[in-house]
Amino acid sequence: MLRSLRLAFTVVTLLFLPFAARAQLTIEIVGGAGTAIPIAIVPFGGEASFPLGISGIVGADLARSGMFRLIGTDNVNPRPVRAEDVQSDVWRGRGADAVVVGSMQTLADGRVEVRFALMDVVKQSLLTAMTYTVTPAQFRLTAHRIADVIYEKLTGDRGVFSTRIAYITKAGARYQLLVADADGAEPQTIVTSNEPLLSPRWSPDGSRIAYVSFEQKKPVVYVQNLGTGGRQAVANFRGSNSAPAWSPDGRRLAVTLTKDGGSQLYVMNADGSNAQRVMTSNAIDTEAHFTPDGAALLFTSDRGGGPQIYRLNLGSGAVERLTFDGSYNVSPRPTPDGKGFVFVRRDGNRFMIASQDYATRQVQVLTSGPSDESPSVAPNSKLILYANESGGRGILAAVSSDGRVKQRLVSAGTDVREPAWGPYAN
Amino acid sequence: MKKIAIAILMAALVAGCQTTSTTAPVEDKSGTSATPGAGTPGASTSGTTAGGVQGSSTGANPLRDPNNILSKRSVYFEFDSFTVADQYKPIVEAHARYLTQNRNARVTLQGHADERGSREYNIALGQKRADAVKRMMTLMGVQEVIVETVSFGKEKPRNMGHDEAAWAENRRVDILYAGE
Repeated sequence: MLRSLRLAFTVVTLLFLPFAARAQLTIEIVGGAGTAIPIAIVPFGGEASFPLGISGIVGADLARSGMFRLIGTDNVNPRPVRAEDVQSDVWRGRGADAVVVGSMQTLADGRVEVRFALMDVVKQSLLTAMTYTVTPAQFRLTAHRIADVIYEKLTGDRGVFSTRIAYITKAGARYQLLVADADGAEPQTIVTSNEPLLSPRWSPDGSRIAYVSFEQKKPVVYVQNLGTGGRQAVANFRGSNSAPAWSPDGRRLAVTLTKDGGSQLYVMNADGSNAQRVMTSNAIDTEAHFTPDGAALLFTSDRGGGPQIYRLNLGSGAVERLTFDGSYNVSPRPTPDGKGFVFVRRDGNRFMIASQDYATRQVQVLTSGPSDESPSVAPNSKLILYANESGGRGILAAVSSDGRVKQRLVSAGTDVREPAWGPYAN
Repeated sequence: MKKIAIAILMAALVAGCQTTSTTAPVEDKSGTSATPGAGTPGASTSGTTAGGVQGSSTGANPLRDPNNILSKRSVYFEFDSFTVADQYKPIVEAHARYLTQNRNARVTLQGHADERGSREYNIALGQKRADAVKRMMTLMGVQEVIVETVSFGKEKPRNMGHDEAAWAENRRVDILYAGE
């Protein structure tokens, strides 16, 4: 936290999209990495004939990540379109370490050929060049994929620009569960209810979302198919049914049920059949999440007095307490890289996002609160999406796993909460 | 048999303190109590006795009668507490008696928590409060199967404020009868 506070916060507002879609999230960077990579994204050849280009979205993605700094491309004549056109000394003179060039050309069948090349102008070498043949409806996804490739080539980590996120909005007494691109574009409502919605969780293949709905005046767990819109109440037992979490193979769900008394952990098939209690305690056990290998559940329990995070080995039944520092540590989310977990900790009256490494047990507090909650880790383990409050309204925010890059996802007029980062699109 | 004995004992205890029992104004922690002289427990009992529960020869619904303790539907909890405070026991006891005497009645106990902390953990906290009220009812002889405990966590605050007074109103269990 201290380190992040010491950063100079430069506020860069990137309105990378027109205000067309309603309730769309726009992302602002409120703190950047210490060493952003200077990169020039040259407008693609032929791009001007398409209303929604490619290079602008690529640049916005990279800039928003906080890992890149965009270098101006004005007044470069002739404008390079292919890798061999790039004059390294010109771009070095502008301070760029990398240059992206590309082109868009309509083919005979109406589809569009999108080419791009990424040059390292320091080493004067071609890092990658790719060609995509797509329909105009796929421009946005193509741009995100190109940004993913560039991000991976230059940072070593897989990009998550082409992934999707889910979140819940509340406007008056109207709750909605939405799915959008990772940059907030193209929001689609998948559930609307007059009662609260909670805890959306993506299936590992991204085809379904499990969530909690109170439309029956009690918490019931549903699984909804994003392709068909069809859904099924998978946990609707007597009492409360909540906190769904997918097994890594997508075949099972961990849930918290109270049907046998108290909030206890169960694992069931994804269709709701064969709910088996995985542990018996006389305390609260909830918020279970599978570890990436599927062998254990991390969960929150007050068995030691206040809420702390524990790990249940599903094979042996052994339970190990993981958090010791502080009196309130909740909402564990194992990171996909298997190295540790992200959670919410309370310090005084402040709720903050923190991470803990399994091996070193070292805790790093990533945010400053005061009301940060519901963390969700990106599939590359490098970014954490979470909810907090600003001006009395729920908003979403993101922080990099090292705490350096901070983003705010702003939506006009509605409360936004309960973010869930979807898996890689493949 | 033992259960019945306990029920009778508790009913007797309730009856014993009935005339002085508080109706437990819900606002008493928020500082907005309509009753002047807050701090005088049992200020507004207004003859709400056990007799009122059974009488109802007029056909009035005791659950809706504002003069009947059965119209009191919320039990409030201290911070981090899951035990029914003394001032709310008469409410729970009155509902327990009603449920033992009206065998067709079914009730849902809705637990709630204040806005601080994890949404899912707060569901469990609200559940724990609802379970505490249920336990008190079943000790008085209420059949376990006619009481369902559920939780809304922090999702349905009664007071939208963000201070201690608001939180005190939001840590509660609401008693809802089937069909209401």
